[in-house]
Parts: sequence; structure tokens; C-alpha cells
Amino acid sequence: MLEIKNLHAAIDGKEILKGINLTVRPGEVHAIMGPNGSGKSTLSSVLTGHPAFTVTEGEVTFYGKNLLELSAEDRSHEGLFLSFQYPVEIPGVSMVNFMRAALNAKRKYYNQEPLSASDFLKLMREKRAIVQLDNKLASRSVNEGFSGGEKKRNEIFQMAVLEPRLSILDETDSGLDIDALRIVAEGVNKLKTENNATIVITHYQRLLDYIKPDIVHVLYKGRIVKTAGPELALELEERGYDWIKEEVDNAK
Amino acid sequence: MTAINQYIELFKATREAIDAHSAGALNALRPKALEALEGARMPVKGDEDYEVTDLEEVYAPDYGVNVNRIDLGVNPAEAFHCDVPNLSTCLYFLANDAFFAARNSDKNLPEGVIVKSLRRAAVENADIVEKYYGQIASLDCRPTALNTLLAQDGLLLYVPKGVVVEKPIQLVNILNSATPLMAVRRLLIVLEDDAQARMLVCDHTQNKQTDYLNTQVVEIFAGKRAVFDYYDIEDSSDSTHRVSNIYIRQQEASNLMVDGITLTNGFTRNNYVVDLDGDRTELHLLGMAMASGRRHVDNHTAVNHRHKYGTTSELFKYVLDDQAVGSFSGLIKVFPGADKTEAYQSNKNVCASPEARMYSKPQLIIDCDDVKCSHGSSIGQIDQNALFYMQSRGIPEHEARLMLMQAFMNDVIAGVRLESLKDRLRHLVETHILGGSSSCQDCAGACPTTKKD
Repeated sequence: MLEIKNLHAAIDGKEILKGINLTVRPGEVHAIMGPNGSGKSTLSSVLTGHPAFTVTEGEVTFYGKNLLELSAEDRSHEGLFLSFQYPVEIPGVSMVNFMRAALNAKRKYYNQEPLSASDFLKLMREKRAIVQLDNKLASRSVNEGFSGGEKKRNEIFQMAVLEPRLSILDETDSGLDIDALRIVAEGVNKLKTENNATIVITHYQRLLDYIKPDIVHVLYKGRIVKTAGPELALELEERGYDWIKEEVDNAK
Repeated sequence: MTAINQYIELFKATREAIDAHSAGALNALRPKALEALEGARMPVKGDEDYEVTDLEEVYAPDYGVNVNRIDLGVNPAEAFHCDVPNLSTCLYFLANDAFFAARNSDKNLPEGVIVKSLRRAAVENADIVEKYYGQIASLDCRPTALNTLLAQDGLLLYVPKGVVVEKPIQLVNILNSATPLMAVRRLLIVLEDDAQARMLVCDHTQNKQTDYLNTQVVEIFAGKRAVFDYYDIEDSSDSTHRVSNIYIRQQEASNLMVDGITLTNGFTRNNYVVDLDGDRTELHLLGMAMASGRRHVDNHTAVNHRHKYGTTSELFKYVLDDQAVGSFSGLIKVFPGADKTEAYQSNKNVCASPEARMYSKPQLIIDCDDVKCSHGSSIGQIDQNALFYMQSRGIPEHEARLMLMQAFMNDVIAGVRLESLKDRLRHLVETHILGGSSSCQDCAGACPTTKKD
């Protein structure tokens, strides 16, 4: 579904991604790990179309379409979803209006009628249950005054509503206590089907105990320097990143 | 020749007619107004508190004034009655500046409450009008002096001691003329001790091709422990110039909400002058402006704390798009002896386009030690992170921007104390922002005035 070839991207003239190659197929769970500053979050921002980043080279196709030509909203409509590392607070925009606007924009994209008020509320109720999100949060402004755990659960709730084909979870485990982590991970697992795929970006093995990856990549200095099975994550947990850094830096 | 001169000449030439079609206290004050205006000019750009606004220019065109009170064929009271279920009000009209009451508008008023034509009141309730008219409207302010020179009618609201008016009183100001017209409107509002009322004022322009100069002077007297809400909504047209001067005197422990809302306009200058004339007064001064195109919105506020334990919370917010220009200058002055004053002033603005301009001057002068005060101002753009977050959820950029602009106004709307108006305002801001069109049908007042259009 996703094909990344030799992707280079820069912010303010500084190149962060220096030739990423990655293929994701339906049903797969990929983990992208790596030390701080290696470009993990940049990759997720570039894929979802953050305007601050410029793609300088390479191509990305999503179900055959040139992803880089699509606006951020159309990427969402095509089935790409990013669970933000730092979900944004939007004072004054209620969760309900936010989700209604998002959902109806997608329906419009596929020439469907907007959902009726009762169908919409029913859908919200169903999806909230997946991550045990409190009803009272729905009437509040988007992420405003939410705890760290609530923000992350809210991300997965939005994912449940929008039913993406490819979800990128950017450090969804950061700032979560162990119970919240379990709820979030269980939510992600419930949404898993053989037709969708997930990219989990994380520093730690911890999240991968709950969301089992098929393939683990290590990102370092803007490139994927190592790809292996789930055992790689365990090895990283034990040995840290230094041995990989040495391997890469010595190879030069 | 200054802009004022042409109106002085008009006054001198038509003085008999002006007096004949007005009465009592209104006529009695004209000589003083004339004195204040002779040799004077309107404020020009660069004068104190007129950083971006030139009233000399605004008053320069030769607007007609309906001194002979000719029926311009606008009688809203006969044509319309307000039957909106969720905003039931006692409804009155000023068509240009002539007073009309809607049918049955008085039937819900408690005994002793007076809402009537100011001209009529100057005869029938001369004691009230003489006691209050012109007492706080400063003739040093030229637009106020000119209004005083020419005003022939308007509205008196009088609420006797201890009387609570449950139903909101709604005044709809309609501009409708085939030729350029200056409306000279005068409101006198008196709440005696312990009285309570709420008033909603909506400005509408019907004949949108005509140039208007829409002037008003409002005097509000709040007695001890009186509670009064005053909502002033402008939904006019590109060719409407509005110059509004609102003067307020609050006595001990009175509680006022004053909220000025500019939805659609051409050129607008609103002055608010508040004297807190007793201990433990409470003032909420709110303002909100949304302007696009080449519109101009300028709000000026002056709040004087002269006594102890007074509180003021002041918040003005603007969203400016296209080449719109906004200005805010606000002064809170705490006089010696006004101990335990709490006064907060805030002006927050969004310039949604690179060419929109906002000028902000928040001021605080404190001549007293034991106070809590703050003032601040911010001018920013739409939050890019929030915008991207919304887009990444599939909300198109255009819609996301509009939702964020609307969200920005949320805390001003939340401050409104009239529940039904709050809901309507939310709806109105939404449709206004999304559609960009002005329609009285969507107006907060929701009076069906546009049926005549």
C-alpha cells in the first residue's frame, strides 16, 4: 500500500531525511525505532503533509497515488492517519464539531451524504467505547485540559472513527502510565484488520509488548540502517543503540 | 471649511424646524452643543486615540438630515411583529432615527417601566428626561456635541426603583433611505436603585446602496445595585459609517454587562466611556469584531475607577481578513482612593490575511496602591499547528481556518449573559464566517425585518 523510495526531506534548509526506503503491505505492523534526532517524527510529518517540511528528493506512493502531491486533508481521506506525539489543543472547537467536520469531509470526498445527527452520535458512542473515552470529554474543546493519557486515547478514538488504511503512531506511548498504555494498545489492536497497516514509532520496546510488530526498522541519521524481525526490538532494549551507531559510523 | 461647519449651517438654517419636531430637554441643550462646536473640527488621524480613524473625512460628505421628520416610508412596526420563539422580546424600532413601537410591545412591561420615543418623553416625562439628558454625554467629544445639536428623537428606557424587567427589551435600528442620510439617534437609559433589565440593540441597513452616517449617543445611568445588560450588534453594510458614543455612570454595587458586536459593517467607530461612581461596582465590557474586505472597525474605551472595591473585566477580540483594518484603544484609570480595585483589560486579535492590519493600544493608569490590575494585547495569526492537526483529520484548510476563527471568538460569546442570545450569536458567527453574507434572518435579534427587503 505504501511505497517510499529514496525520500529526502528538509526543514529550514536542513536535510533531516536522507534517503528513506520503506514498503508497507496491508496487514503488516512495522516498528520504527531509533535514537533521538534520527528523523522518526520528521518521517511521519512528511508522510502526512506538514507544510514546514520540504521533500527534496524521492517519491512516495500510497495505493498507487503520488502521496506527495496530495493536500494533508486528501491524504487523510485516502486513508492515512497520524496519531500525534503531541496532540494539539484547539480551544473553542468542541470535540463533537471537530469530529463531525472531519467525518463529513471524508464522506463528501467519497460523494456520500453527511451522517444524520443520530447516526453520528451513535457512531461516536461506539468508537468511544474502544478506548474507554469519557463521554464528558466529547463536549469539551479538542484536547483542551485533557490529561496526557486522555490525549493519546483521544487520538486512537479519532483513528477508530476515521478507519484509516494506514496508521502512524508517533510515540503514542510517551507520557502514558501503564494502564493508559494498555488501553491505548488494546484499542489499536481492536482496530487491526488484514486490510489495514500500522507504523509504530517508538523509543522503547514497552509498547511493542502490546502491539506486536512484524518488522522492526532502525532509523539513524535520516536513513533506515537496519531492518529485522521483532527480535531486533528486544535486542535494542537490552543493548541500546550504541552498537548500531558504531556499525553505521564505522562503515563510512 | 470643516465637516462640522456644514452641519452648523444646516442647524442655523433649520433650527425652527428642528425644535418644532423635537421637544423639551433635547431643544434646551442645543445652544451649549453649538457653543462646543463653533470653530471646532472632528478628530483626525493622529489625534490622541484616533491613530487610524479620521472622523473629519467621515463627516465630510453632505449627508441629509431629516429635520422635518418626513415619513421616509419605513414603518417597521406596522409591517412586522417579532414571533421568534427562542428570543421573545419587547420590540421597538428606530427607523433612521424615528421611533416606532411594535404592536403589543408594551404589554409585557412591568408597571412603571417606560419605553417610548425620547421626543414624546421629553414632554410627557419631562422630569426624568430633564434630570438625565446630556448629563454624562460629554460635549467635548465633537461627534457627541453634533449629535446633541441635531438629535430630535430616540428612545427612553426608564426602570423604576426595585423593578425587574424579565423580558429583554429589543431595539432594532433600521437605516433605509434612497439618498445619503445621517441618522441622529439618541438613547437615554435610566435604571433606578435595585432595578434590573436587559437590552438588545441591533443595527441593520436595508437599502444597502445608499451611503449612511449612522450616529448615536447613548447615556446609561445605573442606580445602586441595579443590574443591566446592554448588547449592541451591528449588522449593516459596506456603505454604512457608524459613529457611536456610549456613556455609562454606575452607582454603588451596580452590575453592568456591555457588549459591542460588529458583524458586518463599512466603517465603525465605537466609544465607550464608563464612570464607576460608587463602591463595589461590577463592569463587564466585551467587544467582538469580524471584518473582511476593506472594512474598518475602531473601538475606544475609557473606564474610570473612582471608588473602592470596583471590578472591571474588559475583553475585545477581532478577527480581520482581507484588507480589513482594526483598532482598539482602551484606558482604565484608577483614581486615588479607589482601593481594592480589580481591573483587567485584554485585547486579542487575529490577522487572518497578510494585508489585514490591527492597531492596539491597551492602557492602564493607576494612581492608587492597593489594586489588582492587568492589561494586555496580542496580535497573531491562525495557529498553524492547530490548522495542520485539523487538516490531518481531513478537514479542508478553508473550513479549518473558519472553525479556528470562530473558536477564537468563543470566550467573548461565552461572556454573554442572555442564554438565548448566546446560542443565536454562536449560530450567527458560524453562518457569518462560513457564508460571509449578512442576513437579518440569521441575526442574533432574529427580528424578521428583512421580509421587507
